[in-house]
Amino acid sequence: MTLFFTVSPDFNAKYLPGWFVVNTWLQRQLDEGIHLETFDDFDSLHAALRSDSIDLIYANPFDAARLVRDHGFLAVARPHQRPDEAVVAVRADSEVRSVDDLLPGTRIATTDNPDVHMMCMIMIEPADLDAGNVFQQQRPSYVLVAKSLLGGEADVGFFLAETFDELSATVRNDLRVLVRSEIQVVSHVLLVHPRIANRIAPLRECLLSMAGDARGRAALEDVGISSWEAVDQEDVEFMIDLMTALTA
Amino acid sequence: MRDMTLDDLHGEAGVEHTLTYADGFRRRIYVVDREVPFPEGRLIVSRTDTAGVITHANESFVAMSGFTIDELIGEQHYILRHPDMPPAAFKGLWDTVNQGQKWHGYVKNLRKDGAHYWVHAAVVPNIRDGRIVGFTSVRRKPSRSKVAEAAALYPTLF
Repeated sequence: MTLFFTVSPDFNAKYLPGWFVVNTWLQRQLDEGIHLETFDDFDSLHAALRSDSIDLIYANPFDAARLVRDHGFLAVARPHQRPDEAVVAVRADSEVRSVDDLLPGTRIATTDNPDVHMMCMIMIEPADLDAGNVFQQQRPSYVLVAKSLLGGEADVGFFLAETFDELSATVRNDLRVLVRSEIQVVSHVLLVHPRIANRIAPLRECLLSMAGDARGRAALEDVGISSWEAVDQEDVEFMIDLMTALTA
Repeated sequence: MRDMTLDDLHGEAGVEHTLTYADGFRRRIYVVDREVPFPEGRLIVSRTDTAGVITHANESFVAMSGFTIDELIGEQHYILRHPDMPPAAFKGLWDTVNQGQKWHGYVKNLRKDGAHYWVHAAVVPNIRDGRIVGFTSVRRKPSRSKVAEAAALYPTLF
């Protein structure tokens, strides 16, 4: 039986080839067929999840919550010291100096990444802004969020922090960080479908040894991960409780 | 949980109060008229057991409360109770989460040094195998208008 593996579509595009290298390494170590398929957007991913075809997923926190609570997915590992953080940015010459300067009617450029969107909405809440009094423009990528800011079509942009930090120096110099999250405890996590619960132990062992193997380490570097750390079900339940609280 | 002393205020002038908590425990506290702003981009996270005893506190919780982590773990969460907060607000919180529901509201918290900080707090029950085993509380920076509304409302609820 070939396992179906996918990765949350919010990864940096430069890591796409790296995920195929990771998958090849995993197949060799586990001596098991694993088919990696990536999706261009969250709608496509969620359609695949509804079809119940996915066995392994490197899930963003928002999807992880749903998969664990509603579909019984089980936690295997998460990247070591790589929390998901978000950035709210403005154009460098913007008159907005702090979140408190933002006013109702603010035009927001965002993506379909639910975690980043939620974290950024929370960070502009102190200015009395919410979904009911801002204009949101969804863009297909963070580069296009930056473009919307630079072109004056949006007043603020929502970014995954690591993606913001990897924008070209030219683009970053024309933008300014208004606020950056320091949540620290929310991260992507590798989950498996309960039908392959018997593979958790070997898979976890394999992942935890990955950084100690030269090829494994190189593959991890290609996806921006230093190493994996074991995560048990209660760790993920804690993160889900936290995400649930944040949606208040 | 010990009474506060004037030494906790580090030389600031404080007003003495005696708080009686829902479990009947009484504690002397001092309040100083100083607000500490909530740090941008941070979340204060804690967990308690079903009796309200703190079992986990993150770095932001420790920094904002003024206590050390060792002073917090094992204490009742009401160590943060400010006398300006009406008991009715906390009754509503506990009634809600004990029914398995999420609660959120605006809370004025007391620091170890008698100062205070406002938060937008959310509390969710930790439900495992259909049973409530504890609570997770997440606090974020509140809007000033919501704080103003709460500050005007709370004195009317005593």
